[in-house]
Amino acid sequence: MTRRAVVRARSQAAASSAGGCVVEARDLVRSFGQTPALRGASLSVSAGEILAVMGPSGSGKSTLLHCLAGILVPDSGEVWFDGRRIDTAPDAERSMLRRDQFGFVFQFGQLVPELTAEENVALPLLLGGIRRTKALADARQWFRRLDLDGMERRRSGELSGGQAQRVALARGLVARPDVLFADEPTGSLDSLAGEHVMELLSAAAREQGTTVVLVTHDARVAAYADREVIVRDGRVNSLARGGARP
Amino acid sequence: MSCWPRILYVRRVYFQCILAGMSVPFTLLGLLEREPSHGYDLKRDYDAYFGRGKPLPFGQVYATLARLARDGKVLAGGAEPGSGPDRRRYVITEDGATEFEAWLAGPVEPEPHLQTVLFAKVVLALMLGRPAENYLDTQRAAHLQRMRELTEIKRTGDLVDALLADHGLFHLEADLRWIDLTAARLASLAEVVRSEAASQSSGGSR
Repeated sequence: MTRRAVVRARSQAAASSAGGCVVEARDLVRSFGQTPALRGASLSVSAGEILAVMGPSGSGKSTLLHCLAGILVPDSGEVWFDGRRIDTAPDAERSMLRRDQFGFVFQFGQLVPELTAEENVALPLLLGGIRRTKALADARQWFRRLDLDGMERRRSGELSGGQAQRVALARGLVARPDVLFADEPTGSLDSLAGEHVMELLSAAAREQGTTVVLVTHDARVAAYADREVIVRDGRVNSLARGGARP
Repeated sequence: MSCWPRILYVRRVYFQCILAGMSVPFTLLGLLEREPSHGYDLKRDYDAYFGRGKPLPFGQVYATLARLARDGKVLAGGAEPGSGPDRRRYVITEDGATEFEAWLAGPVEPEPHLQTVLFAKVVLALMLGRPAENYLDTQRAAHLQRMRELTEIKRTGDLVDALLADHGLFHLEADLRWIDLTAARLASLAEVVRSEAASQSSGGSR
């Protein structure tokens, strides 16, 4: 069993022993200078769940996602992943967590322009110490899966917005992360391209059992999630009606 | 093609044609929950808050009040002296108040073109000091649940199903935008409702 597989198995075991909750925020407060972004935000995400975080612009939803992913450290409150408190963990440990167990998809500027599409997808594997040949072979498997056949050697400037976003999605999922954090992943795309990305994202996450935290202001995107919460004035309001997917 | 699109179509037409009419009794109950009123006052307030160029006919006001009285939702006082139409004062009953509360708190069936009903709920909630934001949140959750169902139809159905589901999704999305904007403007709307109420009461009833 590889180290990644061991980590993953341990993570899933911990999630199931904790009642299925894999990521949790407890009473998070975070300000930028004098401007408060989070004012006591609490949230828990079940293992394998696709959760949409919605809310108006400036409500704090992206800050919440960055705190959950260990990118930002809250001023107070706690962030837990897989039974471990991560907001107090050292930078190096949080970096390793982001590299090994989290995946990311953002709205803009994600691909490294000097690299080909397949090299971009392989990046998390290469950073995780996997041999280049194996990493690129694994990365190529995602091109067919995400309707990107023939795009492997293209650079980001030679891809359409939808294609670039699918490459970014492949990169977010290639290392089979426990949690995929997606911040407005379709925000720069038209309806059809955005829908394509969401169909592929939700199908791949379901297939891999990846938990997804999806920040969006778009209800059509949120409709791909199992559950939604609204962030308003830095606090989370749960409106869930739908249960976790079967 | 599955039977879903036909069911959706029938339900949409039903809600467009029938539900809007059904909200009049609840709206009158809501106005009576505020204070006992004559039919004339109810019509005046209905037209001021909800009519918007489409006033409620007197006949419909009194017919609705008669049905509500028959069903035990309101009590009609004795006829008062004076000329003109019916001069009874109507009072909401316990049953009527319970039914109104259930209507107000429950989400409207998430179908396109429901703003009239939802708008009435929001205004009544503000008028009665109820948590309008909670009602909007409940409605938002119901809408998103329906959008999830339609998205699933799109995912699993054929192209025709997908196109019909898209039609529903875009309309529901428009409703959601209205819900979000209204939620953002609740404080201003509350002020408008309060000032309209103040001007109505300073104008006095008949």
